[in-house]
Amino acid sequence: MSQYGLLIDYEYCTGCHSCEVSCKNEKKLGRGVYGIKLAEIGPFEITPGNWEWNYIPSPTKLCDLCADRIEKGEKPACVLHCLGLAMDYGPVEELAKKMAAKGKKMVMFVP
Amino acid sequence: MEKEWKKQQPDGTITVRTCGWSPPGDHPVGCGMKLHIKDGKLVKVEGDPEHPISQGRLCVRCLTLPEYVHHPQRIIYPMKRVGKRGEDKWQRISWDEAMDIICDKIRHYTDNYGAESIIVFGGTGREACLYYYPLAFSSIGTPNCCYPLSGWSCYGPRCSITDYILGAGYPEIDFAGYYPDRYDNPNYKLPEYIVIWGKNPLMSNPDGFYGHSIIDMMKRGTKIICVDPRIHWLGTRAEHVLQLRPGTDTALALGLLNVIINEDLYDHEFVEKWTYGFEELKERVQEYPPEKVAEITWVPKEQIIEVARIIGTAKPCPIQWGLAVDENPNGVQLGHAILALIAITGNLDVPGGITIGPPAALMGKWRMETRSQLPDELWAKRIGAEEWPALSTAMATTHPDETLDTLETGKPYKLRMGWFNSTNFISATCSAQPDRWYRALQSLEFNVVQDTFMTPTAMAFADIFLPLPTFAEHDGVVLTHFGRNAIFMGAMNKAFEVGECKSDIEVCIELGKRLHPEHWPWDTAEEFFNDQLKPEFGFDFNDLREKGVFQPPYEYKKYEKGLLRFDGEPGFNTVTGMVELCSTLFEAWGEDPLPYYQEPHYSPYSTPELFKEYPFILTTGARAFTSFHSEHRQVPSLREITPDPIVEINPEAAEKLGIKDGDWVYLENMFGKCKQKVKLTKTINPKVVHASHGWWYPEKPAEEPSLFGVWESNINTLIPHKHIGKLGFGAPFKCLICKVYKAED
Ligand code: SF4
Ligand code: SF4
Ligand code: SF4
Repeated sequence: MSQYGLLIDYEYCTGCHSCEVSCKNEKKLGRGVYGIKLAEIGPFEITPGNWEWNYIPSPTKLCDLCADRIEKGEKPACVLHCLGLAMDYGPVEELAKKMAAKGKKMVMFVP
Repeated sequence: MEKEWKKQQPDGTITVRTCGWSPPGDHPVGCGMKLHIKDGKLVKVEGDPEHPISQGRLCVRCLTLPEYVHHPQRIIYPMKRVGKRGEDKWQRISWDEAMDIICDKIRHYTDNYGAESIIVFGGTGREACLYYYPLAFSSIGTPNCCYPLSGWSCYGPRCSITDYILGAGYPEIDFAGYYPDRYDNPNYKLPEYIVIWGKNPLMSNPDGFYGHSIIDMMKRGTKIICVDPRIHWLGTRAEHVLQLRPGTDTALALGLLNVIINEDLYDHEFVEKWTYGFEELKERVQEYPPEKVAEITWVPKEQIIEVARIIGTAKPCPIQWGLAVDENPNGVQLGHAILALIAITGNLDVPGGITIGPPAALMGKWRMETRSQLPDELWAKRIGAEEWPALSTAMATTHPDETLDTLETGKPYKLRMGWFNSTNFISATCSAQPDRWYRALQSLEFNVVQDTFMTPTAMAFADIFLPLPTFAEHDGVVLTHFGRNAIFMGAMNKAFEVGECKSDIEVCIELGKRLHPEHWPWDTAEEFFNDQLKPEFGFDFNDLREKGVFQPPYEYKKYEKGLLRFDGEPGFNTVTGMVELCSTLFEAWGEDPLPYYQEPHYSPYSTPELFKEYPFILTTGARAFTSFHSEHRQVPSLREITPDPIVEINPEAAEKLGIKDGDWVYLENMFGKCKQKVKLTKTINPKVVHASHGWWYPEKPAEEPSLFGVWESNINTLIPHKHIGKLGFGAPFKCLICKVYKAED
């Protein structure tokens, strides 16, 4: 069986926190405990007018890739609710192909 | 979408499909979701992948809906004040008793002082926006319905300018929302560029525009240009950010027009056939060459020219105008200039450009008719209507600033009863100088408040509190853009009940039946919606539930087909029948018919002496994902993400003041002061600070003088009263001055 992962397109992750909150809902997590948590890098200016500012959500060890939902044929909660449609779930080989095809600002997590 | 909207799950849970609209949430965005109900409680909210616009996506405000709905502080029964105003002493009463008390009062004031002594205040964006007008005109019978924000500075100016210049419903980016197959529809064209002007749609979902559709379009290749004093996240993904000095937008728009016209980049055919006053506009923009505009706006001249060339040549290139158009005393001219830019570059009512609604709003007939239920003599008593015809012709409300004057002076008559529907405007939301409103409102003898929580405004003024249900607890119809250019109409389905709450329309019906039964033939909300829907669309409310959403078909180039005018002739529904680049109506009302730039009332250039004492330009009001203005402050998961009111300061400026990231500071000017927490960021100019609005602290003492800490971080106390434009629109919420110093307490 293939290894599965989460693919994040951080060019388009807008920092909306929907992944964090929907994961908490799904996993019934209390305050201060996360299945996925957003990190912020930047904003800083590289050259005038050229900014770097990224949000990247990283899954924690509480993330089981939404095994229950997958079993029911549903998307992981975070992937479904992601406002930027910036998350994807699938076998790592497939996700790696998508990363390569896009060619920038992609990161894959195998939690 | 699936026909079945309500399902029983094997574990006993009931799942109800619905669309969202505040309370709580935001504007009529109408995202699709499934509500999971167990034992009468909302246990989970999940996005509905079948919804054509939101496609399963949900923002944190809906994802935390259970916390809002079942919040221990929510008020879910009608309440009567039993202490003094400002004391937290209430007694639960029945709806019958509440209605008896209210009707007695309304009859008393109407018989003794005239119905105009009663005033209805409405807030922004919530479902109530469709109903507080009929509540005033048709249920109560007063001509005084008030949106209290100085200069009507939210949406009203843009709608009115559109009425006068285009004679059409609200202009919005074409994001393929009309098509079930969205961006793939063959009639659709992807915008080459989108100009986002004074707006952050990702967070605000303004008026029902689905903010993240910007991201959808970017992924397909659309490029972004932002016009904003702040570089927000989207700005870092934009090809250009015109980072202008707050309040100088109109100069920038005129500078862009200057380049586009002088370099002959405009659409000659459209200009010749469909516009009025081009030569006059051409002459006017000669006063705004790029070098002069660069000096005014602080945007480099080369960038102005480059962006003007893009706007002139990219096809299509819609411009999305934001609240910055409204919150500026020079905003009518800004709106006019932006519409001119859109029109002369051939971006009006074309695929992928700017869509416009027909002149009559979707489901708007009844709302319009309720106005005419008032006799002319009474309608003429509407506060500020005569003094401000440009405002009162397009808006069925009082003039907000005049209303405060009336409360303070008792002229032209004394207001005695207030009805506050979905508005918490002594917090920093829909009013300038909320402390002054707070004092003036003390003169009202009797008040009704409709809301979901005991807000500072309710605590200060309510004599009777009527609990509103959330959208999950009642039947309704959500219309994006309030029907003025509706992308879709969605069914809001009652999934469960909390306490004894009644929706806006239910209260309108119940009160109307008692006071003006001739106008209120309906017994239930469903009957009411059937009557609204059936004649216009041929289906009833239950059909809409089964459809989930209805996307009305869209016609481009309506002006060619006679679809914009009530007489069926081609052209626009304006005085000249054309897009009025030079406005006949503005001139008739004593305003310059052409756009012009006016320096902000308070700025480094207009008040240099004051600026020495208050050396920052203050701009306010940017939104966050975690709240809708003053809504959601009591939701724990959202407060965990955004715990405090944030003021953004450039590190260079902060260092000179010895201010560090995370410090609490006072912001103070000639009008007021407040306390916010510093976030240092280089995305803002060192001479500018941005402060947050809508803050109060549900965790702080409810009673006076605290009122949930409503005065502590209240940025609107720094905004002056009646600094508005000549036509009565626009106030300087985004272009003031202030000083900043560390809060030692
Ligand atoms: S896949 Fe499921 S468990 Fe993992 S982060 Fe997303 S929502 Fe949480
Ligand atoms: S839900 Fe998507 S867009 Fe929002 S923060 Fe998470 S990854 Fe980013
Ligand atoms: S934009 Fe957010 S609050 Fe509004 S309906 Fe959609 S998910 Fe709910």
